[in-house]
Amino acid sequence: MDTAAVIENLKNYDGPELKLMEVCGTHTASIFKSGIRSMISPAIKLISGPGCPVCVTPAAYIDKCAGYAMKKDHILLTFGDMMKVPGTDGSLSDLKGRGASAELMYSPFEAVERAAAHPETMFVVAAVGFETTAPAYALAIEDAKVRGIKNLKFVTALKTVIPALSLICENQPDIDGFICPGHVSVIIGIRPYERLAAKYKKPFVIAGFEAEHILAVIYDIVRQTKKGEARAKNLYGNAVREQGNIKALDIIKKHFEEGPAMWRGLGIIDRSGLYLKNEGYFDGGSRGLDADIKLPGECRCKDVIVGRINPDECPMFSKGCRPDAPWGPCMVSGEGACGIWYRNRKA
Amino acid sequence: MCIAIPGKVLSLEGNKAKVDFSGNTVTVNTGLVDPRPGQYVLVHAGCAIEVMEKEKAEELLDIFADLEELR
Amino acid sequence: MKITMAHGGGGKDSADLMKNIFGKHFGNEILDKMEDAALVDPSLFCNTKKEGMGKIACSTDSFVVTPLEFPGGDIGKLCVCGTLNDLLMMGAQPLYITCGFIMEEGLETDLLERIVLSMAETAKEAGVKIIAGDTKVIEGSGGLYINTTGIGHVPSGREIGAANCKKGDKILLSGTLGEHHSCILSARMEIENGIRSDCAFLSDVANALLDADINVRTMRDVTRGGLATVLNEIAESSSCEMVIREKDIPLSAEVKGLTDILGLDPMYMANEGKMIAVIPEKEAERALASVKKTAHGKEAVIIGEVSESLPGSAADTAARVTLITPLGGTRVLDMLYGEGLPRIC
Repeated sequence: MDTAAVIENLKNYDGPELKLMEVCGTHTASIFKSGIRSMISPAIKLISGPGCPVCVTPAAYIDKCAGYAMKKDHILLTFGDMMKVPGTDGSLSDLKGRGASAELMYSPFEAVERAAAHPETMFVVAAVGFETTAPAYALAIEDAKVRGIKNLKFVTALKTVIPALSLICENQPDIDGFICPGHVSVIIGIRPYERLAAKYKKPFVIAGFEAEHILAVIYDIVRQTKKGEARAKNLYGNAVREQGNIKALDIIKKHFEEGPAMWRGLGIIDRSGLYLKNEGYFDGGSRGLDADIKLPGECRCKDVIVGRINPDECPMFSKGCRPDAPWGPCMVSGEGACGIWYRNRKA
Repeated sequence: MCIAIPGKVLSLEGNKAKVDFSGNTVTVNTGLVDPRPGQYVLVHAGCAIEVMEKEKAEELLDIFADLEELR
Repeated sequence: MKITMAHGGGGKDSADLMKNIFGKHFGNEILDKMEDAALVDPSLFCNTKKEGMGKIACSTDSFVVTPLEFPGGDIGKLCVCGTLNDLLMMGAQPLYITCGFIMEEGLETDLLERIVLSMAETAKEAGVKIIAGDTKVIEGSGGLYINTTGIGHVPSGREIGAANCKKGDKILLSGTLGEHHSCILSARMEIENGIRSDCAFLSDVANALLDADINVRTMRDVTRGGLATVLNEIAESSSCEMVIREKDIPLSAEVKGLTDILGLDPMYMANEGKMIAVIPEKEAERALASVKKTAHGKEAVIIGEVSESLPGSAADTAARVTLITPLGGTRVLDMLYGEGLPRIC
């Protein structure tokens, strides 16, 4: 097979309607960037899943981060996606206008360097992400420890993907297959998907992020469903090893413990949160931070996040809710399904 | 949920490496990998998370070659 | 509502602010056109209307970039080129420029002099005189902000403007995207690379079109908000739709590498030395050949065309610019929303 043949096959697919969930926000973005939906048959429906760490974070966490940002001699460091998400009293970006010290960071190691350079300031890291980012935070903490840096705190809202996938499989049997997150899989390997495939009898295929990677995976899932197969496969072998990254898994185990976590739209999921063990850099993170802002009655953020509906089926989409005036984080985040759909409406 | 891109290892020093992304040099933490200069590593949030085995073009060709026919 | 950084991004928030506050109170038939430069009838200054007087073009811009000096230029070169380019885009020959300096206490005079020299050299090369100026000092930590206003002359008979585009017209882009924005970000984030700002006065490219008697519909320099924003603005003014092809858009490997690292989209990144021109279909090849002979247009390429003219003005939510992706898919290219923060996830 080559790319052209795969595209041809997918365009001409005339079988029963299939629902494929792409779990990862970066996949949602890649799919739109390459215009993949316009290349495949409309009978193959791609729906976005909850793999956008910002989108599934409740407002109470933003409020906690905002609290630090407003404190004297504190600077909150965060990845760009978090700046615009509405908390109870506005987003971090809004609060900057009211005296909050919130700045962008590009890696947690940057936070360590800044803390070393400015011992008079407490640097607080809004540590969100999935398994891909957790090891980086752990390494940053090890670095800080070795250097005796004390003016650093990590407010974690880290989540793990597999428990959420299980819950979706339990509640949404109408999903025919899963495009699995390539970079989370670099860390966790293929085993967890093999267990899911065996239990729920659906294909789980790991994809990279180029258009070609994603097309190949869509093709493979379509082929598997046609043949009645339900296998976990790795189509990103260049980066994903079968066993994952052992060093990364070990370092996660060393510094984090599992606990329940609140996923907007899904509720509290057991063992889906990663919390730092108490080594002096942790303040409880998002543990127990389950409260959310009151969204308008018509807002269907929680259905969009689990792919029950597409963003354009929410009554507020592009009417009351747009990237310049968002309600739910799905519309705000660079990887939120609603924001991406809005920017690409018509494609 | 995770942007990560492959870059070429230029040099190693302790737990860090200088990695090149088409002419952009970035210092990256290598605590999770054991690369050699000249190899490609996948970098996320300032951290190398894996060593890449093949060039991208070769990788994509292999993926497609392995896909089984639909029929 | 408070002003946020997004209002300075050049995208939708900036456009809304223009309309809802500035346009609302300042509005008049000249300003309402919202072009790169305002055109004024000089016969206002004469007792009798003379044929062939053309129009006076006037444009103003403020420059707040940091760092003040960067590979490929400085705020001085930028503030002269930026304003003169805005005049050029209306088909004007730039003649005069004024400048206002707001200096923060602590600014090194050596640095100030380097910047002023840079402005003088850039103006001289452009054949433009600096005819008025002002300085102010405020409290701060050594920053510098410069406003420049440019005046030029549009010859009689030349009618270049964003509302002129028609179905079938070709869209020409003068070169690679994203250099200036990448250069500034790299300096701020200490990423080592060889990217230099493309800050330049574009008279060679503009004149290559005008001197060759090409019936240019409109020209725009690709600044804040990027190519996507500029095309959307023109499409809205002309009530048309456009199609462009990603594989034809030139991008250097280094800029691509940087945008990959930071999760940015080059279609929304600022340049300071690139422009687009919309050209009638029959003249496009000739226009391209002419531009490619110039120093600032040697990598010029036709990237797409005006695909449809819409009667009247379409709804605000209609998407006007479509991008064909390298594998043949399509996606909508909207205006910039927010400030284009680099992503991690």
